[in-house]
Amino acid sequence: MRQFLLFISIIAVGLVFIARLFYLQVYNSSGHDLFEDNAIRKVYDYPKRGFVYDRNGELLVANQPSYDVMVIPREVEPLDTLEFCKLLKIDKERFINKYKKAKHYSPRLPSVFVSHLSKEDYAVLQEKMRKFQGFYIQKRSLRNYETTIGANVLGDIGEVNNAIIRKDPYYKMGDLIGKQGVEASYENTLRGIKGIKFIQKDRFNRNIGPYKDGKFDTIPEQGKDITITIDAQLQAYGELLMQNKRGGVIAIEPSSGEILAMVAAPTYNPNILVGRDRSKNFTKLYNDSIAKPLFNRSLQGVYEPGSPFKLMNALIALQEEVLTPEETVTCYAGYKYGNRFMKCHCNRGTRNDMIGGIQRSCNAYFATTYRKILDKNGNASDGIDTWSKHAKSFGLGNFLGYDLKVGQKGRIPDRDYYKRIYPKTFYSTYTISNAIGQGEVATTPIQLANMVAAIANRGHYFTPHIIKNIEGETLPEQFTKPKQTTIDKANFEPVIEGMLQVYKKGTAASLQVKDIDICGKTGTVENFVKIDSLKTQLTDHSIFVAFAPKDNPKIAIAVFVENGYWGSRFAGRIASLMIEKHIKGHTTRKDMEEWLLKHSLENEYAKPYSGEPFRINGYTTLQIVEEQEYYKLKKELNRINKAEN
Amino acid sequence: MVRDTNRHFKFDWITIILFLLLVGFGWLNILSASHTGTTINYFDFSQPFGKQLIFIFLTFGLIILLLAVDAKFYERFSSVIYIISMLSLVGLFLFGKNVNGATSWYAIGGMTIQPSEFAKTATALAVAKYISDLNTNINSFKDQIRTFIIIIIPAVLVLLQNDTGSTIVYGAFFFVLYREGLPKYYLTIGISTLFLSILSLKFGAIITSILALILVVSFHFLSKKKLRVFQSALILIAAFAVSFGVKFFYQSILQPHQQDRISLWLRLEKDPEKLEQMKRTFAYNLNESEKAISSGGFTGRGFLEGTRTTGKFVPEQHTDYIFSTVGEEWGFLGSAFVVVVFVLLLLRILHLAELQKSQFSRVYGYGVASIIFIHFFINIGMVMGLIPTIGIPLPLFSYGGSGLWAFTILIFIFIKLDSNKINEW
Repeated sequence: MRQFLLFISIIAVGLVFIARLFYLQVYNSSGHDLFEDNAIRKVYDYPKRGFVYDRNGELLVANQPSYDVMVIPREVEPLDTLEFCKLLKIDKERFINKYKKAKHYSPRLPSVFVSHLSKEDYAVLQEKMRKFQGFYIQKRSLRNYETTIGANVLGDIGEVNNAIIRKDPYYKMGDLIGKQGVEASYENTLRGIKGIKFIQKDRFNRNIGPYKDGKFDTIPEQGKDITITIDAQLQAYGELLMQNKRGGVIAIEPSSGEILAMVAAPTYNPNILVGRDRSKNFTKLYNDSIAKPLFNRSLQGVYEPGSPFKLMNALIALQEEVLTPEETVTCYAGYKYGNRFMKCHCNRGTRNDMIGGIQRSCNAYFATTYRKILDKNGNASDGIDTWSKHAKSFGLGNFLGYDLKVGQKGRIPDRDYYKRIYPKTFYSTYTISNAIGQGEVATTPIQLANMVAAIANRGHYFTPHIIKNIEGETLPEQFTKPKQTTIDKANFEPVIEGMLQVYKKGTAASLQVKDIDICGKTGTVENFVKIDSLKTQLTDHSIFVAFAPKDNPKIAIAVFVENGYWGSRFAGRIASLMIEKHIKGHTTRKDMEEWLLKHSLENEYAKPYSGEPFRINGYTTLQIVEEQEYYKLKKELNRINKAEN
Repeated sequence: MVRDTNRHFKFDWITIILFLLLVGFGWLNILSASHTGTTINYFDFSQPFGKQLIFIFLTFGLIILLLAVDAKFYERFSSVIYIISMLSLVGLFLFGKNVNGATSWYAIGGMTIQPSEFAKTATALAVAKYISDLNTNINSFKDQIRTFIIIIIPAVLVLLQNDTGSTIVYGAFFFVLYREGLPKYYLTIGISTLFLSILSLKFGAIITSILALILVVSFHFLSKKKLRVFQSALILIAAFAVSFGVKFFYQSILQPHQQDRISLWLRLEKDPEKLEQMKRTFAYNLNESEKAISSGGFTGRGFLEGTRTTGKFVPEQHTDYIFSTVGEEWGFLGSAFVVVVFVLLLLRILHLAELQKSQFSRVYGYGVASIIFIHFFINIGMVMGLIPTIGIPLPLFSYGGSGLWAFTILIFIFIKLDSNKINEW
């Protein structure tokens, strides 16, 4: 047996070695991934982020350089912390915290240590950087807004978070990504593709040379410039008129679906979300849960549409042939159904045909119309489905499919919806509020603007969109192919005539613009909030929709002003001015502009939070802005008006 | 039956082919580990790979010389060779050159020679000669002592030159002596001491002693082979002595860097901060070599493609850590190939040794296999982190003229002896 000791030892050692090799190289191998290989330094070359232009070629968003101090914790050598902190202008505690956080994220991957150095700090630091092993300076490009408007459209870029990095390995710690607006929607177009250089390191962390002569290196692909559909002047004008109000304005070009202006009020200056103060300012905006400046009211605000929805009911009635335009309904200053009564502004005994009904916004006329639609076949459930189908063909009750990331579906109820509320019996009178755009129907401003665009086009619409042109690309078909509604072209004429009469002698007669035939519809919407679990009514929302000119329309617009009282008071004025501005290129009614600048609704918005009892609608007085604020706004107005000429 | 009467082909070609495979593949890896820049001049003799090419070239001359000498010469002159070799080791204390803390080199002109590499061969010859002497009985205590002295002299000499690795290699002769009839209890004592030492360092002397107590007592009462009480007591006392003594040995006799190596190997250090620091300092080589091997994966990155090899991440990669280059560039396939070639070479030598008719040739052959085996075990085991760091080269593979020549001499003397066995009657 003695001769076997060495023999067995050799075999055993051989097997143990192969098992160990298997464990190290096959089972637990670190693999060949160049990105995982810490013998290879990865140097990223960030491309220029694409510029953003408005529809007239005005540069809105450009770039500015910025410098981040990055750290790779594993490569950090003992250093003079005091000097380093002094150079970075941070205290030691922050230094330790940042270092721990970076190490926790990954000891071998770079993390941002201090972001957005000023040019002066960068210049000083750069000379001393070699003293701090494991730290380096990464040049990045930040946004530079050439304008103060359109924060909700343009959006912003910010550092990627861990969730994004996990989902898309393109992004590395400290990379910037579009967070909102077009920056988010067109992230891949704007960002380009960063280049990468693989550099062979030695064990002293020195560069020896390019890995494999740069065989795997890539050069950055520049971000593409984009042109958006926004008219910067109209946008600026809209934002100015909405100062000290809350709500949304959407203007669409009916013939293309291009969004001309998209105002959400209140808004903020996009420049405050750039650079070192970004997170501070963002937190401030984010935490403002009352005014909600980050909430894009024109896309996300869900409101009962009010009277503008009567247009929809008129169209459905004509399509379903439940009445003719000439048929009249007598209004008894309201509409009686069962033992209930819906009030109306008409004089008792007014006889309205369709044009008159629209022009005077007669509740009785539309209550009758709505009931006729639902009761057409004697079954209100069938009727509500037919009604719902027509309304939905205008893009209501669902996401429109536009190219911005935020939105709301709104609501167009149907049989299933009411089945849950009224499981047993269902009559048309149960939902009579829908006749006047209140009750269960709910829309966002952009949906309503799109509905008006479809009316302006007499039956079709283009999906609203913000992108006008991408360098060297054509727009996707979804934005260039018209979508047909279920209403025949002929049925639009009486409704449009009614909308024209709204301006000529109806609820918006005071808002006429010389030489332009505007078709519009006012809306005044009751609204409620809960204050201490008590349903409390607030001053009505002021709503207005319009398109112009009547023939060959250039603009369709929807304006929502929260708690602005009646439709033509705030929303109508703003719509009228913006239409004039867009079509004529200048405005003639300086007094109307000044009226809007001068009046604020801030005290109206403060009421529900005051804790005091308050009165609404007719019992309120308008708040006049302070002189200083007024001059500021006036100056801005002059600037905009001058720029146009 | 006569195997082959043709003089030129009676050498064992299997061993020679395995030898050439290792030397050739070794050179490719030395090239990988030591070249710099993108273009390679194979004959740049200022670089390790160029020098090694000269060493390999000279090796062929050496082989012809070794095979030309009459086989009887090695047996007859083994004592002389041994004495000369020992003198060359002693001479180091006077004329030696200090490299990396070890005084193991003679500097002659631009070249350095490491006599300790050759001393292993000399010792193997001397041991073979002494044991094969008709008057020697390995079972007698007196002859055991004499054999130990032959082995201990070079071992102590290299230890005094601070070359601990080479000292441990002399432990290889245990396999030789055991094969030739060294009593079994040496093996038992050796293995038990090793186990007790490791247990004691890892779990403390007290737990180890209790464990030894339980084992010895249960063995005493349960075993068929009845030991006397005083015998068992003696064993127990020895076990206690080892359990407590090893701590003293570890703390007072071992040098700090040796303590650190053992501490890391046995995972004695629990503090992660300290471990991190170890990884940056003395365990740096080990850490980097494991990473290099691991990054090779199944098929490796390819010849001259290893990023860690190119970046010189593993210090001493062309010498003691050459196997990490194999691991990174040739992957599991290449590394396993090297292991298999070594195993085949060892088994072949072992097999030939058993076939020898003369005891001298057999003992020498055993010595050759044992010495190469210990190098193979310690070097690759260390590079893969299986045993504590002990700096000895991988035979025939690592860069270095002395090492290559010493192993060539070691192996080819045996090939010559083997070729001559037909004449041994």
